[in-house]
Amino acid sequence: MSDSSNLQLTEHGELRHFLTPEGLDRLMLERILDTADSFVVVGNQEIKKVPLLRGRTVVNLFFENSTRTRSTFELAAKRLSADVLTLDIKTSATSKGESLLDTLQNLRAMHSDMFVVRHSDSGAAHFIAEQVTPNVAIINAGDGRHAHPTQAMLDMLTIRRHKGRFEPLSVAIVGDISHSRVARDQIHALKTLGCKDIRLVGPNTLMPQGIENMGVTTHSNMDSGISGADVIIMLRLQTERMASAFLPSAGEYFRLYGLTTARLSQAKPDAIVMHPGPINRGIEIESAVADGPQSMILNQVGYGIALRMAVMSMAMSGQMQQRQSQASQSSSLIGEKKI
Amino acid sequence: MGASSTPKYPELADTPALVSNLLDQVDNLLTTQNIEQPLVVGIHTGGVWLAKVLANHLQTPFGELDIAFYRDDFSKNGLHPQVCPSSLPFNINDRHILLVDDVLMSGRTVRAAMNELFDFGRPASIKLITLCCVNQRELPIQADACALTLDLAPGQYLQLEGPETLQLSIIEHANHE
Repeated sequence: MSDSSNLQLTEHGELRHFLTPEGLDRLMLERILDTADSFVVVGNQEIKKVPLLRGRTVVNLFFENSTRTRSTFELAAKRLSADVLTLDIKTSATSKGESLLDTLQNLRAMHSDMFVVRHSDSGAAHFIAEQVTPNVAIINAGDGRHAHPTQAMLDMLTIRRHKGRFEPLSVAIVGDISHSRVARDQIHALKTLGCKDIRLVGPNTLMPQGIENMGVTTHSNMDSGISGADVIIMLRLQTERMASAFLPSAGEYFRLYGLTTARLSQAKPDAIVMHPGPINRGIEIESAVADGPQSMILNQVGYGIALRMAVMSMAMSGQMQQRQSQASQSSSLIGEKKI
Repeated sequence: MGASSTPKYPELADTPALVSNLLDQVDNLLTTQNIEQPLVVGIHTGGVWLAKVLANHLQTPFGELDIAFYRDDFSKNGLHPQVCPSSLPFNINDRHILLVDDVLMSGRTVRAAMNELFDFGRPASIKLITLCCVNQRELPIQADACALTLDLAPGQYLQLEGPETLQLSIIEHANHE
């Protein structure tokens, strides 16, 4: 997964795939957030649609289930006026024995312009962008434990819209850091955007070894971890982890790491609470907090559509410019041959 | 790229006089067409500066449009690197809109702006107010009020500087978009 930044950018430094925030500079992340801010406005219009991707074809390739991410990507593409095809791969050709490569080549032959890829294997979207269809814009909608960049960036959008600059903020990320596909992207994005105090909070069994090397602090005690925080990002606890040895029980987890009203009072009085959903009420967060005034959980859903519209339109823009540049290079070569 | 004055159009040097002329034309337009309580909408960036002046003159609310998502050259030029949110802090349904831009040239910006406006609602009417018109229209769109009409040589464009002091000038630019 080396050199993601070059793979994601055109020769002129424009976004052409969006695989991870890792390696993208601050200017690019801020451009994504600025563009998303404008798309938030589109969501409030009477007609919630712009003609930007009219005549372009976006294929949602979901190799694993995800109702929420899939539906927001679908809605984002539709609000950009793209033609959208959503393939649940489990029920499509691959289950009839067609290889992934053949499926992708077929979709490319249909003149698809963008693949939104969700896969359980880390690096799947990266592999497709690099090896299979470099001329189709690839948006990573979550790959294994590696990355979920649009979720991380919609969290950045939420923070910036409600808290402003990142430099003075203390941000606590709470939960199963080890198995989270979004925590690493959040750390990369927060650091790039200038956040200096990033705290990871969770049981030692769910904290990756050596994560402090990313410039974060780790806390196994929830109260001290969120003390004075401006932003608390709760991660969704995968309940299947309960069956493994990682966690004792839901009740025990809630007692130690559940975000309750009493515990929230340790953070700054105007702290915001975020969660990617779907929330496990009474396991990682108390209903009074999830539905309370400091909760951003439902705002995040709307911002998620705007953020996805932003990266889709930016990647499509970069991809088209790349194609034009390649076309003009090849036509000038043809011209040279004629002479 | 570089600014240069042109002796052919000495009016450009006195931009405040052009703005004043435009405000008079708008007053006249509203009277002759019986338009009451119009809403002013400016197109980023120069149009917004001008719209503020006009809204202040008419004592009406104003909004701003960024047409980046509605341009007809996305395939050719991609997404503009700096997009600003559009903001219409009022309901435009059945209202008279004064759509303001600094320069009317091809007409494509105005077309995009009208497409965007209709995604916010259905106005009673739209009048186009521009400080300058360049005789290079590519679409059947023309201004209802315009302080100066002029011809430019290929590669020449008009640029409005602001926002505190508005100043029009002719610039030379090989690949202006």
